[in-house]
Order: sequence, then C-alpha cells, then structure tokens
Amino acid sequence: MKKLLNTLFVTMPDTYLSLDGENIVVKQEESILARYPLHNLEAVCTFGYSGVSPGLMGACATRNIDLTFMTRSGRFLARVTGESRGNVVLRKEQYRISDDDRRSARVARNMIIGKIYNHKWILERATRDHQLRIDMDRMKKVSASLTEIMKQVREVEELDILRGLEGTAAVQYNSVFDELILQQKDDFYFHGRHKRPPLDNVNALLSFAYTLLSNDMKSALEAVGLDAYVGFLHRDRPGRESLALDVMEELRGVYADRFVLSLINKKLIHGTGFYRKENGSVMMDDDTRKIVLKAWQERKQDKIIHPYLNEKMSWGLVPYSQALLLARHIRGDLDEYPPFLWK
Amino acid sequence: MQGYNEEDYLLLSGIQHFNFCRRQWALIHIEQQWEENVRTIEGNHLHRKADQPMIREKRGDKLVVRALPVHSRELGITGICDVVEFVRDPLGVPLAGEEGTYLPFPVEYKRGKPKRNDSDHAQLVAQVMCLEEMLVCEISKGYFYYDEIKHRVEVIITASDRERVRASLQEMRHYFERNHTPKAKAGPHCQSCSLQHICVPEILNKKSVSSFIESRIAE
Ligand code: SF4
Repeated sequence: MKKLLNTLFVTMPDTYLSLDGENIVVKQEESILARYPLHNLEAVCTFGYSGVSPGLMGACATRNIDLTFMTRSGRFLARVTGESRGNVVLRKEQYRISDDDRRSARVARNMIIGKIYNHKWILERATRDHQLRIDMDRMKKVSASLTEIMKQVREVEELDILRGLEGTAAVQYNSVFDELILQQKDDFYFHGRHKRPPLDNVNALLSFAYTLLSNDMKSALEAVGLDAYVGFLHRDRPGRESLALDVMEELRGVYADRFVLSLINKKLIHGTGFYRKENGSVMMDDDTRKIVLKAWQERKQDKIIHPYLNEKMSWGLVPYSQALLLARHIRGDLDEYPPFLWK
Repeated sequence: MQGYNEEDYLLLSGIQHFNFCRRQWALIHIEQQWEENVRTIEGNHLHRKADQPMIREKRGDKLVVRALPVHSRELGITGICDVVEFVRDPLGVPLAGEEGTYLPFPVEYKRGKPKRNDSDHAQLVAQVMCLEEMLVCEISKGYFYYDEIKHRVEVIITASDRERVRASLQEMRHYFERNHTPKAKAGPHCQSCSLQHICVPEILNKKSVSSFIESRIAE
C-alpha cells in the first residue's frame, strides 16, 4: 500500500501560499510564517479565502498534491486538479455500471452493507465497553434489527428498495446515537440529523467531519483513476461528487462519527467553542476548528488492520484502499466490491 | 511495405517493461499509471533527445551518434538509441553527408555491472531491427556499455532473438488493441517493481469477496 503523507491545513484566512523551489511558503502580509517541503505533502487544504500563487497550483497539480479551498465553516469551494490520469477504459466501465440500475445496485448494496455493519459494531462495542452507562436492551434490539436489514440488503437488486432499507437502518442507528455521547451531555446531544444548517453542536461537528472525509474520499477516487462525480447509489447531479458520497457511506460511522464522539467523550472540545448565528445555525470557533483538524490529522496516523486486505495501514489510507478495491472490482479483478467491514 | 501508423506505435522502452512483467507494461503503457521514478526515466530520455539532436562525433573510422530516434513501421515501435556507432565497412550502406559506406551498431548504456538479463537484451534486439529497417541493411551485433566497470560487452543478434522480439510485440499489440491489462502473476520480481503500490498484486490472491462478506454478516 502506498505511504500516507501529511495534509497541510491552512486555517488563517489572510495568508498567501506560494512556491519557492521545492517548498510551500506561507506568508502573512510581508512576513513568512512557515515553509514546508512539497515532497512530504499529500494535500493542502485551506479554510477561508487564502490566496495561492499560480506557480504553487501548478506544482501541486503536477505532483498530484491535492489543493482544496473551503469556506471557514468547512464548506467545499474549489479544488485544483492536474491532468487527469489515463485510464479511460476504467472510467467508461464505471459509466456503464452507473447507467445500469441493476449493476449499480449490486455495487451500492455492498457499500450499504458496510455502512450498516459498521454502525452495528459501533453499538456492539459501546455495549461491551460501557455496560453500566448504556441502555443495553435498546442497543441490543437495534443491533439485531440492523443485522436483519443487512441480510435483506444482501439480496437487493433495485436501487429504490436499497435506498428504503438504508433509510430504515439510519433511523434505527440515529435513534440510539445519543447514548454514545457519554460526557458533557448538556452541551452535546443528538436529537436527529440536520445538515443545512446544523442546529446543534453535534450536528455541526458531524457536518465538518463528513466534509473532511468526503474530501479525502474524492481525492482517493481520482488518484486511482475513477470519476468521483459519477455514482451508483447517489444519482448524478451537476457538481455533486456522487461516487465519493457512495463510498463514504460505509466510512461515515466508523471514521467520522467515532471521531466526533471521541472529541466529545475525551473532552478535547467544549461547548464554549461553539456559537449560534442569527439563522440558528451552529458554528465552531477558530480555536475549536484548529483542535478538530489537529485531531483529524492524528487520527489518520493511527494504525488498523484492513479487514479484507489483512494488511496493516494507517486510517488515513482507508479511503484510498477502498477506492483501489472499487477500481479493481470495476475492472473485473474482484468478484464484488469489498466494503470496509470494521469490528 | 505494410505496417503500422505512427499514432499506433508502441514505445520501444516498453519491451523491457513487458519482459519484466506484462502487467507492469500495461499499467505504464496502456493505463499510464506510472509512478514518479518511471516517469522520470522516460522523461530524461525525451530530454536528451531534445537537448542533443544527433550529435555526430568522428573517431577515425567511426561515427558516433547519440540519442538517435529510431522507429520501425513494420514492428510499429518507436524509441531512442542511447548511442549508435557507424563503422566504416565495405559491406555497409552509404550515409547522407558522409563519404564511404557504414554499418551501424547500437550501444545501450547500463548502470552497474553486467547481469544476465533478457529484458535488456530484447530491447537491444529491437533497436537493431529498427536500424535495419531505417537504413536498409543487416546488422549482426550490438553492445551493452556498463558504466560501473567502464566496459562494453558484445551481443550477437540471432534470428531467434528477432523472432522472440516479434512474438513479444505481437502479444503487446494484442493487449494494447483491446486496452486490456493482464492480471498480476505475483512473484519475487514484484519486490523490485516500482509500480507495486499501484498494482498491489496480493489482492489477486485473496479469497472471493462474496465469501468475505457472507462470513462477516453471519457473525
Ligand atoms: S507488482 Fe508485480 S505483478 Fe504488479 S506490475 Fe509489478 S511486477 Fe507486475
């Protein structure tokens, strides 16, 4: 498996990034704040309206360093991509599958199985680790029903039915998600998922984590030569990275939700780090965002054993390994797409 | 003469990749999924070509030409010879702008010491075949020059060498036209393959995905 390199997050909005030889130079006004060698970087991600010199954009594009621009709240704005890597053949097959509902369903259902499986084991783990704090009966019931839904999903060949089952499973999981929050319950609670805009601290964190994950997923898909915008479960819509959203399904719980839960449960962040805007939407302040990004970066370095490949790798490479496995299935090397089944 | 169109030419350097591993060749030449080090090697070749268009150097009876672009319409390949030595020979062919007749011999530069390596050999044979077609002559040998020992080794080119190159090229064509990347036959050679991280040959030896999913769900 390839090596995981660093991501440079730039959170100060009034900075300017430029190229000096083989280095990125971060400037504010006229003073140089930092300098990083390009060869250590996998991605550069800026929040707010940082400027980047065309020279640096070019250098990132030729070296396949992902350069992304986000708003301060973490909404995706733009991305610099180099010449797309060869393999038209792979993409054409991807489009053929995407045009065929039945074939799409057969790939998408494995991603949904991954999602439900991982949700199930998040709950199972919680019942094991925190027996005395958690409503065991409720958890066990939800876990059992997730297993049932998974078995049905395995047989599905129609996308609409698949979406229905996925919805049912999500309702089940969300109904007990609040149980997983074990600390700071006054400030962090989950009464349902709302994204536009997030109306409480937990939803604000989840939205932010999903953006980070989808960004990693998108780059991973493109790195293996797939088109992140053409999906199987999520239908095409201009500007929507449907395939990234598809593959992300299985990683939301195990990657992003668990990340958010650990920030709260380990008290790395606090209720005071969030504020409410006039329209009711909740945002995190700059310091909290910095803490979250730093923790995200550290999380990526943690090691796991990939369940299908049986190979030790860092969490940060999981999106890439799934993209690679998906490409392998599309080109016919693997009988099915193996989702990331965490336990 | 029947042959291939220029836009369908394969890169001569690919013969070496192909003999090393068919899949490696396909990843580089069909899918263009090269990693930096391969790209750099190819890039340097192109650079040399641009920087030194046919520098001729006369050494007595010899005319030495560096970075000579060669091709064969019949084989449908194109590439660059590191060095071609033209040696004055009554049995040779006339060259534009030169007196007398010459026979060409390609010299392929190698890093390190001599090692018995067939993939390099095939590359030299292909160069010979290109030169024969371009100059309309027959060439009996070529050389490897090893920079570590500063020594050259003569390589006699036989009819069966040529046959092998033809057969390889035919097989390459076959994959190329179908845009097909052959599956990996993982082996010890993977250890020295620069595309290992893209190829991940172990995946192909894994158990079926269906049984993996079934057994996990059943837990
Ligand atoms: S890793 Fe092995 S099988 Fe894959 S391209 Fe390289 S040599 Fe061939």
